[in-house]
Amino acid sequence: MPTLKQLAKREERFISGHRLCAGCGAALVARMVMLAIEKPVIVGNATGCLEVASTIFPYSSWKVPYIHSAFENVAATISGVEAAYRSLKKQGKLSLDAVFVAFGGDGGTYDIGLQSLSGAAERGHRMLYVCYNNEAYMNTGIQRSSATPRAAHTTTSPLGKVIPGKVQFPKDLPSIMVAHNIPYVATSIPGRWNDLVNKVEKAVSLNGFTFIDVLSPCRLGWPHEPELTMEISRLAVDTCIWPLYEVVEGRYKLTYKPKEKKPIVEWFKLQRRFAHLLKPENQQLLEEIQKEVDRRWETLLKKCEG
Amino acid sequence: MKVARTGNEAFAEAMRQINPDVVAAYPITPATEIVQIFSQFVADGLVKTEFVAVESEHSAMSACIGASAAGIRAMTGTSSQGLALMWEMLYIAAGLRLPIVMAVVNRALSSPINIHCDHSDTMGARDSGWIQLFSENVQEAYDNLIQAVRIAEHPDVKLPVMATTDGFILSHCLETLDILSDEDAQDFIGISPERPNLIKSLNEGSPITLGALDLQDYYFEHKRQAAEGMFNAKKVIPEIGKEFGKRFGREYGFFEEYQFVDAEVVILVMGSTAGTAKDIVDEMRKEGKKVGLLKLRVYRPFPAEELAKALKGKKAVGVMDRADGMSAFSGPLYPDICAALYDIDQGRPVIQNYIYGLGGRDIRKEDIRYIFEEIIKTAKTGKKDYTLKYIGVRE
Repeated sequence: MPTLKQLAKREERFISGHRLCAGCGAALVARMVMLAIEKPVIVGNATGCLEVASTIFPYSSWKVPYIHSAFENVAATISGVEAAYRSLKKQGKLSLDAVFVAFGGDGGTYDIGLQSLSGAAERGHRMLYVCYNNEAYMNTGIQRSSATPRAAHTTTSPLGKVIPGKVQFPKDLPSIMVAHNIPYVATSIPGRWNDLVNKVEKAVSLNGFTFIDVLSPCRLGWPHEPELTMEISRLAVDTCIWPLYEVVEGRYKLTYKPKEKKPIVEWFKLQRRFAHLLKPENQQLLEEIQKEVDRRWETLLKKCEG
Repeated sequence: MKVARTGNEAFAEAMRQINPDVVAAYPITPATEIVQIFSQFVADGLVKTEFVAVESEHSAMSACIGASAAGIRAMTGTSSQGLALMWEMLYIAAGLRLPIVMAVVNRALSSPINIHCDHSDTMGARDSGWIQLFSENVQEAYDNLIQAVRIAEHPDVKLPVMATTDGFILSHCLETLDILSDEDAQDFIGISPERPNLIKSLNEGSPITLGALDLQDYYFEHKRQAAEGMFNAKKVIPEIGKEFGKRFGREYGFFEEYQFVDAEVVILVMGSTAGTAKDIVDEMRKEGKKVGLLKLRVYRPFPAEELAKALKGKKAVGVMDRADGMSAFSGPLYPDICAALYDIDQGRPVIQNYIYGLGGRDIRKEDIRYIFEEIIKTAKTGKKDYTLKYIGVRE
């Protein structure tokens, strides 16, 4: 695990010039993930914000070999790259030791790309899959995904006169990935650089399919003030909406325990997508969400104890 | 060496000899055997291939794209719904200029679900930037797949190629064919010409970005370049077909002419029906009728000028389509042929369209004889009284 000073001296592999928003969580995640990997690396990217904003021809922010093919298939695309690499290794035509990283948003990972993700995980390709989870389809203009929180306003789960935002709670994708019995599953946030860097280092050192789900604030879709990205991501952890944990060979471990568990409303009040939850008429809904967050947190704690 | 093989076995055999670095495939009737046989080759250590048993055809093509982009030879095989599921990725494979080779077994598209032959699946991919080679028999299927590697990888082409057989009719029927020795096949295919790729760029520390966002200022140029690859394929395909002929005695071009030179009326057809049609041509020739056949092997790129040259002076052409264009006009092959012949000033044949054999409906000898008789009638008057007829359907 490098110190921040050491990390700062490393050569950047995801560089400036991209057109992601100021305060975009995905840009920070990509930069930190790429800084954490020292080995030769090939990157795949699903269609999404990170993809469209980082590779506008003839420019590219990627100082590593990079491929994007489509939206729902980055895991399959990198499966092919990794299979080619293995084939060349087997034939003695390649000596270097490389790692493979796939990036996808929650759309490309939780939803349209779930099949491809599951297939690649089951086959056990050696790759780290990083989901930059901004909890909606931000690239197409803030539509709900299965990662969108309950009651969040999006353009396809709008706050209306009879329906107060998204009806469902978010899908628990890390659990689905754990059920694949892969060597490593973790959650992280950009706001704790050491947590993310440590987890990426661990994941790429393992031989197999590894998965990190990184909550990635979206200033345009959540929306929030751009300077609050890091703080909002930390607050998601401190409210236990987005606990930080890792699952190594099926064993759960909490990697950060909030000193004091904050009420979810603390997180909600910094984001306009939840503004309606602060109104007295939605008090019951707020309580319902708090209850579900508590239930999920308790379940996780039990898994970590066991 | 003469052997007896089904179409699927012959495809698998060709793949063993091609010995690709990566095969990513998903089973689908009637193409299943191709991957089944090939995965046995992998399990028995007969090939160097890394076999990726993906969870869908979409992922099969995606993995082939990743593998090919990494700089190696990648292959797959599919049919029907599988090809339809790949549709999005077909365009991406061609757009990224990846020389992927695919064995396609032609099968009807749902709905209604049907597992038997027609060309609807392949027709759905005709504008995707893939080169399309049709086969009359198992021999041609085998030869086409071997040549496909050379065509796809040619530096002037760099486009993916699909070689097709007709579902069940060829895929499951045992035929005698001449297969090359492994040495001859591998020598003919040769080493893949180097192209920019991910592994090379990793090795050399000079990163490349593939699949960048191309907006109004670049997309058109890149598409134009891919189109140029398709134009170049028109030169490369007959060259490779000729070289193949010189070495192995079976020469290939864009199409085959059968009893053609003095024919007054011609049936134009693709795939296995050509074999049946040849029998009818023989029979009708004995009756003194000047009938002939043009079997189109290369559908994409479309050899328009060559077809016009060949068909100029013929009185009538019956275009047989094993797919319906659902255009309330014709099958998909017919408008292409019409367009190809439109610029003939003098001696332009009258062209009629016959849609046949959907969902594996047998095309009988008498059906083909009927089409010949129809176009003979048309040839006499020089005028057609219809454009399209469905053959062999109850209505």
